[in-house]
Amino acid sequence: MSSSDWEAVIGLEIHAQLLTQSKMFSPDSTEFGSGDNSNTHPVSLGLPGALPVLNKKAVEYSIKTGLALNCKIRQNSIFARKNYFYPDLPKGYQISQYDQPLCEEGWVEYFLEGETKRVRIERAHMEEDAGKSLHRGEYTLINLNRAGVPLLEIVSGPDMRSAQEAAEYARTVRSILLYLGVCDGNLEEGSMRCDCNVSVRKKGADRLGTKVELKNINSFRFIEKAIEYEIQRQIDCLESGESIFQETRLYDSVKNKTFPMRSKEEAHDYRYFPDPDLLSVVVETAWLEEIKSSLPELPLAKAQRFVREYQIPEYDSSVLTQDKALANYFEQVAEACGNPKAASNWIMVELLRELNEAKKTVVESPIPSAHLAELIGLIDKKTISGKMAKTVFAEMWKTGRAPGEIVKEQALVQITDDSAIENLVNQVIAANLEQVEAYRAGKTKLFGFFVGQIMKASKGQASPEMVNKILTEKLKG
Amino acid sequence: MINEQDLEKVAVLARLSVSPEESQTYLKQMSAILDYFDQVSEVKTEGVDPLVTPTQIEEFWREDEVRETLEAEKALANAPEKVGHLFKVPPVV
Repeated sequence: MSSSDWEAVIGLEIHAQLLTQSKMFSPDSTEFGSGDNSNTHPVSLGLPGALPVLNKKAVEYSIKTGLALNCKIRQNSIFARKNYFYPDLPKGYQISQYDQPLCEEGWVEYFLEGETKRVRIERAHMEEDAGKSLHRGEYTLINLNRAGVPLLEIVSGPDMRSAQEAAEYARTVRSILLYLGVCDGNLEEGSMRCDCNVSVRKKGADRLGTKVELKNINSFRFIEKAIEYEIQRQIDCLESGESIFQETRLYDSVKNKTFPMRSKEEAHDYRYFPDPDLLSVVVETAWLEEIKSSLPELPLAKAQRFVREYQIPEYDSSVLTQDKALANYFEQVAEACGNPKAASNWIMVELLRELNEAKKTVVESPIPSAHLAELIGLIDKKTISGKMAKTVFAEMWKTGRAPGEIVKEQALVQITDDSAIENLVNQVIAANLEQVEAYRAGKTKLFGFFVGQIMKASKGQASPEMVNKILTEKLKG
Repeated sequence: MINEQDLEKVAVLARLSVSPEESQTYLKQMSAILDYFDQVSEVKTEGVDPLVTPTQIEEFWREDEVRETLEAEKALANAPEKVGHLFKVPPVV
């Protein structure tokens, strides 16, 4: 039996830290990277008698996200205690939501390899983050700065069938969170965390296989690699007659392997029950409507509008809209130069390449949108050729200067004058009579040689289109 | 009814060690509690929404403002063991 007889079933649990100033149930700061245990409060330390009071902003951000994920918002939801013992959870329970989460039954769509894929969102519920444990072998150190930071846990349906789909789904959710401004989506710092549930089954089978949960994945690339590894591991196991255990495995990015997490022997039994310290969360219709009307245009809607309004390909529009700032940049360039197709091409090919290499975001780009629009204008007015524009672009990237200035300084003006180009063509023909004869005898490949010579003679400034046209005429004899 | 295995499980989840003698006492006490809940369960509750909290207050929010953050020294004041400003606990993994 080969791998192609098997089908992977993947679901993701995404934990998004909400960008509130203060914690979910107490007024201590959520700032990342503060001194050890300097952001605490009796509530986040779990001191006896301390009572939690809900942060309204955390609920607002959760509702916002739920709406953007097309969820139904429960207007009366409750907090529950999830009971377990771990030193980074000082109260002995995590305040979470259980059978009545705030958001349910949503979906997101994303675009992959020419297809629109839809993933169901089973639920998104509010909970508090735990502190951080630093394991030192003989002892463990605890920092409670993170304890009580608001989280939204977004649970997808088991709807993904490949590692690539799972990574793309995670990117889509991240991009929505960033558009909404409710989470900074930083996988490396852990402000967004992805747990992947992976199982395999024979193609066409109805029942799901035993699932394994993958944790400790801190980049989109690793989501893909960890899932790929895990799918293959499970197929190998099953094909050699072994069975899969329901377990949590950690991904080691250096070895590119998953391995079982050493866990306590007893089974989890969280004994959820409603938290008597908190009221139910009532979301008035008026508030819900207010939040609904404040939602920005989301990535998918923006991508569809770009295709419609600017006539750019679906793929381009999905890349350009992944990041809100990039989408804005594109729109500014497209509007200013009046050539959306060229704007998209320059951004997708040249600008994104440079940005990726320099590990910069578009906000940090040394080329402001007005400069790129000006460059496209210079090409469209035939002041410079596309090839010259690339040289100018490189200079713009290096120096941050405007293209017009660079063109003027380097005298990079395209020669579009008929007689000037004819002169150049004549000169080159006169100097290469042997090749002209060979060309006329059928060695048409020499055309490129002549173009090269003419461009060289013009110091790269002749309009390539006009050179082609005039040269063709002249070579006919 | 609750049996010794159930009691053992509850004790493990609560991280308590229970001696055989204690176990007999607790079994009797917990059985009595469960019997009482059986009695409560007989009340007809059809059409009655579950009660999450007995207060009549509908909502009680905090605005998202940072206030009253404890200094690390204070946060660690009661810690039996510490390293710098971190709590030190027995090994977990």
